[in-house]
Amino acid sequence: MLMDRQRVRDRENQCIQEQPPTCTATCPIHVDARGMIDSIRKQDFSAAFAIFNRFVPYPRIISRICDHPCQGECRRNEVGGTIQINALERAAVDYSTKRAGGVTFSSRKSQRIAVVGSGLSSLTVAYDLASKGFQVVLFEAADRLAGHLRELGEDRLPQQAIDDDLAVLKDLSIEVRLNARVGEGAGAAASLSALTEEFDAVYLGVGPDGAAAFAHELALNEDGRIAIDSLTFATSNPKVFAGGSQRYAPAAFSPITSMYDGRYAVLSIERLFQKASLSANREQQGAYQTKLFTSLKGIAPAGAILMAAPEQGYSREEAIAEAERCIHCECLECVKVCEYLAAYKSYPKRYIRDLYNNYSIVLGMHLANKLLNSCAMCGLCGTVCPEKLDMGDYIREVRQATVEINKMPPSVHAFALRDMEFSTGEQFTLARHQPGHDASSYVFYPGCQLSASSPGQVFQIYGHLQQKLEGGVGLMLGCCGAPADWSGRENLFKETIAAVQKQWQGLGSPRVITACSSCYRAFKNFSPAMPIESLWTVLDQVGLPASATPRAARTVAIHDACATRHDNGVQDSVRHLLEKLGVQVAELEDNRSLTTCCGYGGLMSFGNAEVAQKVIDRRIHESEADYLTYCAMCRDNFAGKGKRSYHLLDLICGSGEDDPARKGPGYSQRHENRAKLKTRLLREVWGENVADEKEPFELIITPEVAQLMEKRMIMVEDMRKVIAHAESTDEKILDTTTGRFLAAFRPVSVTYWVEYSVEGTKIVAYDVYSHRMEVS
Amino acid sequence: MAQKVIEPETRKLVCNKCQQEMAMAEVSATYLGANFEIELMKCPSCGLVYVPDSLATGKMEQLELSLEDK
Ligand code: SF4
Ligand code: SF4
Ligand code: SF4
Ligand SMILES: [Zn+2]
Repeated sequence: MLMDRQRVRDRENQCIQEQPPTCTATCPIHVDARGMIDSIRKQDFSAAFAIFNRFVPYPRIISRICDHPCQGECRRNEVGGTIQINALERAAVDYSTKRAGGVTFSSRKSQRIAVVGSGLSSLTVAYDLASKGFQVVLFEAADRLAGHLRELGEDRLPQQAIDDDLAVLKDLSIEVRLNARVGEGAGAAASLSALTEEFDAVYLGVGPDGAAAFAHELALNEDGRIAIDSLTFATSNPKVFAGGSQRYAPAAFSPITSMYDGRYAVLSIERLFQKASLSANREQQGAYQTKLFTSLKGIAPAGAILMAAPEQGYSREEAIAEAERCIHCECLECVKVCEYLAAYKSYPKRYIRDLYNNYSIVLGMHLANKLLNSCAMCGLCGTVCPEKLDMGDYIREVRQATVEINKMPPSVHAFALRDMEFSTGEQFTLARHQPGHDASSYVFYPGCQLSASSPGQVFQIYGHLQQKLEGGVGLMLGCCGAPADWSGRENLFKETIAAVQKQWQGLGSPRVITACSSCYRAFKNFSPAMPIESLWTVLDQVGLPASATPRAARTVAIHDACATRHDNGVQDSVRHLLEKLGVQVAELEDNRSLTTCCGYGGLMSFGNAEVAQKVIDRRIHESEADYLTYCAMCRDNFAGKGKRSYHLLDLICGSGEDDPARKGPGYSQRHENRAKLKTRLLREVWGENVADEKEPFELIITPEVAQLMEKRMIMVEDMRKVIAHAESTDEKILDTTTGRFLAAFRPVSVTYWVEYSVEGTKIVAYDVYSHRMEVS
Repeated sequence: MAQKVIEPETRKLVCNKCQQEMAMAEVSATYLGANFEIELMKCPSCGLVYVPDSLATGKMEQLELSLEDK
């Protein structure tokens, strides 16, 4: 299905990583406290100051007297005590080597605004408007600015700090008129109506008791103060706005609330000029509840750093130590558990957008193809995400859409799809009733990977099931189509599932018993008509074969299969079986629904071998114990990296295919094992006379060449085709220095080369490689 | 699109069918609609071309991958 922009956006919004931390959300003007504190932690006080100053026009004043509602909501409070945010602001101001954040000017605008009063709300209005390019005239009744602030006392707020902060008024060319009382009667510099005549807007920040002078011109509320809309700061006169302690009295003076009033009154004044709605889109104005989730798991409690000299505030070192206590609130729950998400150094909200852009780009490079093809589609992220956002689901959609528009890089999944083609082809598929039965109550579906890894165990377990279950146990060999699903080949996947369904119906629609977690999931989700049970549940019910001997002396740690992370029943059965086998079990911390992928899911190892390696590495180092898996790919992947791992059937069958240190078979051997399993079953179970496939010549493959074949994903059958073609057509090149032949053959879209020599009736291979480019 | 890639060859290679010594020649390589000119060993008689391992798993593979991302 092609992608829908709106659905993508909805998904992006589901990720709350970019929501602010509680400190910022609670601060009325949303200071980026986390960012500021990060800078202090990095000992960069100037950067911290710049961040603070970006939000706060009067940093020296606020850093000393803010009533810091942020601190009440700081998450650190739950583990040792709230971060002293305001004290850190002061440290940022005190230890910054740059004195001002620098005023930025916007283009000059024609509108003029009168600001009445010089408390924090008025000063903020003046600053914000002037820095946006408006012309501001500030009217102050007294002979100096900020009279109220100056009365707070030298130790709370030094005069010097006020003067330093107010210097900015001059930088902004704000016209200040002192001794200029606005109101009625003798000695007034101007009346409000005169100001509304002369100016485009007026802001009144007249202190808690300043209403009387405007009683005739503005509506008052029942407390006798100017009636002010608490969201827009509008008064009854559309050109006049008001705020500050006049609005929130009799509540005590709150510096940050006054600054907030000024800031959002400015928003209204701008909207007045733009003739826009004053009240629209103000949901996140002022303190609000953030949606950000932050886990406190693993955070050691630590109390606030105390000041050696409280009147001086934090020393540099104290401030840095306090900043180190900040837990840098953010979500990243999924990134913490997923190597793939961590590898690209960002988080789903961004990835979702990047992947959509990568999909919709028409010209140019698709730089995010690797991001697209590295996910294991294992569902762990969706399990741990507080918003249940599952990247795997999204990745499937994008892969499908990318395939649909023909932009999936051809080489990524080609090999896996060929492997699947083998497993859905003549050489492997089979559907039979139990010999001597013409109906089946059950059918055993071992899956293609177990059949490739441990064909002997499949044979043995099928025998056991026939003995234990009534009504006939049929057998079906094939592939559920998971690789098609993972690679975004939606149609191929549907066809594959449909083919399995048809065979199943051909057997009379019996209950399906599968030994593979991926098959289990695929059938359960995409073929709900098929009643499916896991082999483990069935064995738990019918009992183990006599060969099942409790031999694993060491404790095993269970690695649950990611495809059945939400199937508690399957997981319980596995544990019951281990108990019956007398095996000691150590649970991994991330077990059951929190289990990880083994690096095979989503065809991750084909899309990004490096990340797949990291996934495996991380998992195998979680415990010293031998691992116990119940998926063939998990076992082979872990064992391939040197982790001793059992498949549950190793313990159940006791057949000799059960050394936990054994490496899984290579790609070619996997094909051969599947084909041979089918032949063996036909011969030994159904008594059919199946002729051996006779190879026309003996091919000698040295261990070095075998290694190259794995690395380069070349099958022995490809090599045989090259040699057969060269020998029959004589299209080959003789290297006269070595006496060896060099020959190529291109069955479909890949050209394979083999370097070989003919030694009597035998062929010896020395090198093998391939390319997709066509050369002529 | 045209881009020249040259791969020197020091071995003496003979086309087995024609019994002719192969020699460097310009051949064309195509992938996903893009064309390249490459100097490779070629049989002057039947046109059989030799692609060495180092080219196939080196520059050629890189080129294939970058074309796939186009
Ligand atoms: S811990 Fe840090 S980021 Fe989190 S709320 Fe407190 S100050 Fe803000
Ligand atoms: S690999 Fe698994 S946990 Fe990571 S993004 Fe993909 S589905 Fe989610
Ligand atoms: S868990 Fe991941 S996807 Fe979910 S909200 Fe957090 S960062 Fe976003
Ligand atoms: Zn020739």
